[in-house]
Amino acid sequence: MSGFHGHSQPPAMAVLDQLLRQYVEYMESLRRESILDDQFTQLQKLQDESNPDFIDEVITLFFQDSERLICSMGTALAKRNVDYKQVDDDVHQLKGSSSSIGAARVKNLCVFFRDCCEAKNLEKCYRCLQEVQQECVLLKNKLNTLFMLQKQIVAAGGSIPVD
Amino acid sequence: MEGSKSSIIEKKFNVLIVDDAPGIRMMHNALLKSFGSNVETQVAENGKVAVDLCNSGKYFDIIFIDKHMPIMDGVQATRKLREMGVASVIVGITSCDTDDEVKPFVEAGLNECFEKPLTREKIKFVFEKFHKDG
Repeated sequence: MSGFHGHSQPPAMAVLDQLLRQYVEYMESLRRESILDDQFTQLQKLQDESNPDFIDEVITLFFQDSERLICSMGTALAKRNVDYKQVDDDVHQLKGSSSSIGAARVKNLCVFFRDCCEAKNLEKCYRCLQEVQQECVLLKNKLNTLFMLQKQIVAAGGSIPVD
Repeated sequence: MEGSKSSIIEKKFNVLIVDDAPGIRMMHNALLKSFGSNVETQVAENGKVAVDLCNSGKYFDIIFIDKHMPIMDGVQATRKLREMGVASVIVGITSCDTDDEVKPFVEAGLNECFEKPLTREKIKFVFEKFHKDG
């Protein structure tokens, strides 16, 4: 960044720089922890002036769908004669939607969850359900932080970096 | 962001997206639209809607279709479309990852089958293959 009258950057630029650095580091941490994978980056590239709320809408729909599916899994597992086929169908759907938004950890959990359904292991299925719930909450919180950083960058006059 | 929306591909494609999840339809639609103005898209929320669209005389060069859907799933819809004589390229996009799960879908009449997520690379592969064979 070029200096300002030979001195350090104007405060606004320094703030933007810091926000951008924070954002890049945060995205890298999400990838490192496999919370998000490259598919999320591909979706970010689809957002533009003609589609400014694309990511927000996609993520909102994902969480609406995941909450519904998790509820349905819980209901199926709680039945006296557990309907493993229903649970498996729901997990299968969640696997598809989570992979489509780049939610890698949720997707990988679903793969294991499906194995537990096939084995008709109720205890493991319940544990998987709990973990899926926790992962979805974690993902929501992480994405909220990410979107907050994005808003701050835009408010500071910058644009969101996309790989 | 992605380059100009004028046209990244030369040929015109009329594409149908069939999936019961609104979020997936939205994503697949945006992915296809990112290839430019030569790609026209339409969406259907299940296999029956897709079959009815084709029955009404609409023609699609490519149909991207999910496997698990209510009312009419991807396997039934693909079989029905082929019985109707629909010659579109039909590409399954499914969360299924085992041969046992994918086999009936392919045998129903798919030209290609991919595991989700749908990506630009997979779409490009289909466009190029269809253009080459078409």
